Amino acid sequence: MPVDVGLARLSNDLISGGIIAYSLGFLGFAVDAAFGNHAAAASRRAVAVTSRATAVVKTPVMAGAAGPPSGARGASDSGVSLTDRAAADLAALPGPAASAPTDPGRPAASGIGGGFARRVGRLAIGLTLVGWVLQMGAIVSRGVSVHRLPWGNMYEFTLALTFAAVTAFLVTLIRQPVRYLGVFVMAPVVLALGLAVMVLYVPAAPLMPALHSYWLGIHVTAAIIASGVFMVGTAATVMFLIADRHAVAIANGKPVRFAALARMMPDPDTLDRTAYRAFAFAFPIWTFAVIAGAIWAEYAWGHYWQWDPKETWAFITWIVYAGYLHARATAGWRGRNAAYIAMLGFATIIFNFFVINIFVSGMHSYAGV
Amino acid sequence: MSETPTEVEETPMAEAISKLDTVPESPEAPDELGTRQRAQRRGAGSVFSFLRWAWYSLTSMRTALILLFLLALGSVPGSLLPQRGGSEAFKVVQFQRAHPTIAPILDHLGHFNVFGSPWFAAIYLLLFISLAGCVLPRSRRHIKAMRARPPAAPRNFSRLPLSAAWITDDDPGAAIDRAHELLRGKRFRVERAESSVAGRAESSIGAEKGYLRETGNLLFHLSLLIVLAGIAVTAGFGFSGTALVKVHDGFTDTTIDYDSTPSHGPFVDLAKLPPFSFTLDSFDATYIRGGSANGDADTFNAHVTWQPNLQAEPRERDISVNHPLGTQGTEIYLTGHGYSPHFIIKDGQGRTFDEVTPFIPEEGTFEYQGVVKLPDAKPSQLGITGFFLPTAGADPTTGMPVSIFPAPDNPAVVISVYSGDLGLDSGIPQSVYTLDTTNLTQQAVVEMHPGDTITLPDGLGTVTFAGYDQWAAFAITHDPGKRIVLVAVCLMVLGLVVSLRVRRRRMWVRASADPAGRTLVEVGGLTRTDASGGFDEEFARLVSALKSSVVPVERADDASPVARSSNATHAKED
Repeated sequence: MPVDVGLARLSNDLISGGIIAYSLGFLGFAVDAAFGNHAAAASRRAVAVTSRATAVVKTPVMAGAAGPPSGARGASDSGVSLTDRAAADLAALPGPAASAPTDPGRPAASGIGGGFARRVGRLAIGLTLVGWVLQMGAIVSRGVSVHRLPWGNMYEFTLALTFAAVTAFLVTLIRQPVRYLGVFVMAPVVLALGLAVMVLYVPAAPLMPALHSYWLGIHVTAAIIASGVFMVGTAATVMFLIADRHAVAIANGKPVRFAALARMMPDPDTLDRTAYRAFAFAFPIWTFAVIAGAIWAEYAWGHYWQWDPKETWAFITWIVYAGYLHARATAGWRGRNAAYIAMLGFATIIFNFFVINIFVSGMHSYAGV
Repeated sequence: MSETPTEVEETPMAEAISKLDTVPESPEAPDELGTRQRAQRRGAGSVFSFLRWAWYSLTSMRTALILLFLLALGSVPGSLLPQRGGSEAFKVVQFQRAHPTIAPILDHLGHFNVFGSPWFAAIYLLLFISLAGCVLPRSRRHIKAMRARPPAAPRNFSRLPLSAAWITDDDPGAAIDRAHELLRGKRFRVERAESSVAGRAESSIGAEKGYLRETGNLLFHLSLLIVLAGIAVTAGFGFSGTALVKVHDGFTDTTIDYDSTPSHGPFVDLAKLPPFSFTLDSFDATYIRGGSANGDADTFNAHVTWQPNLQAEPRERDISVNHPLGTQGTEIYLTGHGYSPHFIIKDGQGRTFDEVTPFIPEEGTFEYQGVVKLPDAKPSQLGITGFFLPTAGADPTTGMPVSIFPAPDNPAVVISVYSGDLGLDSGIPQSVYTLDTTNLTQQAVVEMHPGDTITLPDGLGTVTFAGYDQWAAFAITHDPGKRIVLVAVCLMVLGLVVSLRVRRRRMWVRASADPAGRTLVEVGGLTRTDASGGFDEEFARLVSALKSSVVPVERADDASPVARSSNATHAKED
């Protein structure tokens, strides 16, 4: 079937609009991160959590006025423990440093600009949403113009991957207050889209016969979703490493570098958990993507696994993230070491995408540059 | 990942926390240390203690992690260097020519056959032994743990990550009854204990939920072992080969009809291959015209008439890319296609040779290269080497004939004709796709279109390009382990999802009479630290449900003020 040129052009216009919206969104998140009153928010959160627990504790204190009952002491301890414990749970970290209220590096700044910045932050979410809708339009119109799933070459794959990352970010925002991820998610998204449009762009075209399979749709879609979520997890991991370094430096009384950067972030524990959730969500999907690819290879080439460079690197990525999940559950590897492994995992995805796709030929090489 | 050490101090807290996590919380190092100390007590240096130490080390999580990363690292050269096993084996030779110093070293280290090399096998076999040594005992423990009762309440709840306490006028027994009912209603496994501390009666319950986490985790790891078993079955009982079949020609599943002897496992009898056969009736290919993908293949379709065995009724079918033909556990895949130019050669003595020879695709062009050898031509042996151009055109810069499209729109051949000694009698094996021109004399270089005839000098004869035919390449494989692998990977994903989504958690409730004659109720909660969150909220909901004596147990879920306030807190957080 011929390519619908008009729709293909519409797709290009929509993606340009999407990039503009995302860029503005990124600026908004940056303003929010830089000037928003996050330290205060962090301590408010800590207080809120504590008070939730003390609300539970209140009864014995009132009721036991005659003389402190044996349990009351322990009970009020537990009120505090909700925050301190959670912080201490983060292994390889000197406990108190992680907890926001006691952190001298995060003074409860008064925020005259904070309210404005937070409004800008909310506006940034709106802009990101606009960009997301435009990008979805771009992907759909591209797909309709070529009568197939629009992820058959590096340009289309980049579009889909960044779309998955932004979707993961927005969906997480609905459920958890992770606006702080905005800067670190949107920066690579905008860069990747810029690269896609300027360097990787290829005009809309049909696909080779080996790619005519619904397993292609399943395999690549799963790979895209997983990569997008891995990207969000990686953003959280980068933030974790910065925030953690800051927290450790303060705890050891060492000179604090990147203090301004770390101050706009939540505590390392929260970041670590956010990253873990992303990776734990994406890992089974990645596993499934590799399996679906093997099933497709079985139909197309008669062998489900041929150690083709691309599938080898998908396997390496799988191993590294499997290593991350194990490391995170193993004493001595938790925290920073696990975070480094997670960073390595995303590095293997990037390597697979850019180096293997462009410089190494294999059975996947027709997937198009 | 090895056994939890038995020397661990048996405090109530350690007991409460033990085995909650999928992977033991206790650090590995002391574990190994403990093992070593034990070994030393039994007599250091003995073979047994060394083996014991080696086994514990091998099955430890740290070793497994290191092996896992070695496997990843080992795969890297396999993906970046050309490999002998695959379809691009010729690139190994190219690489060796281009890098004469380093190539022999790499070759010696097995870097051109990474995935078949002993060291790669060593890594994954050690990894799987480590895995088995860890997962099998853990499965046994897990089965035991599923039957075991939840651990008793620790002494001091405030040391738990989550805890709460309050005082009520209820009787301790009644408070515990309610807690029991509530937790049972939430599908916790509950164990109740009565005791007396300093003369005061005290009731407590321990409750646990989320055993599926470990079940899923073990299922995932056991599935990995099954995957390996499936691969082993294929290695032992599978075979795979390729066959190039000309249109109108047939293929019978016997060794001679393959391009070369199929690779096969030690338990395959090549004399007893499945008795199917097929004839390639026609081949259709369509290509993309215009645009950036100009000339890329759009569809490939091989139309065959086939029989599962000689007695069976012949049936017709299409084999296309992604749509193999399967029979008797054997799959026939279409993997390639090309042209066979048809030459009619009349030699100097008037003898006619009718040659339809497959020419194979030249990578990166729309041209097909091949050789025709006529050792029986007289007075001199004749050889033809050259290219088939499906759509002949002129190269815009050099003016040389090239093919500008893969479909046969304007078929032509560009050939060199040689006479002399083909070298076939020398005993040195030759490729059918190359012509050894050492003892040959070039007699003509010519571009021909169908119907063209050239006359060779010196009465050597004539060559007519009569037309062309097509051929298709098939891969024929029998992979008996692949179903095992498929089932195993499905279980693997299932186990993975379960183990990453389900959270294992413990709750304890204790009610004791306080000196004032009222009842102190304490609640403690524990979950693994890297769980995907939400336990704080669940704990708060449970506490609130336990506290409210008026809210009926079954409605506690939605009528929880604490849960609601905690959500509100969250919403305001940023």
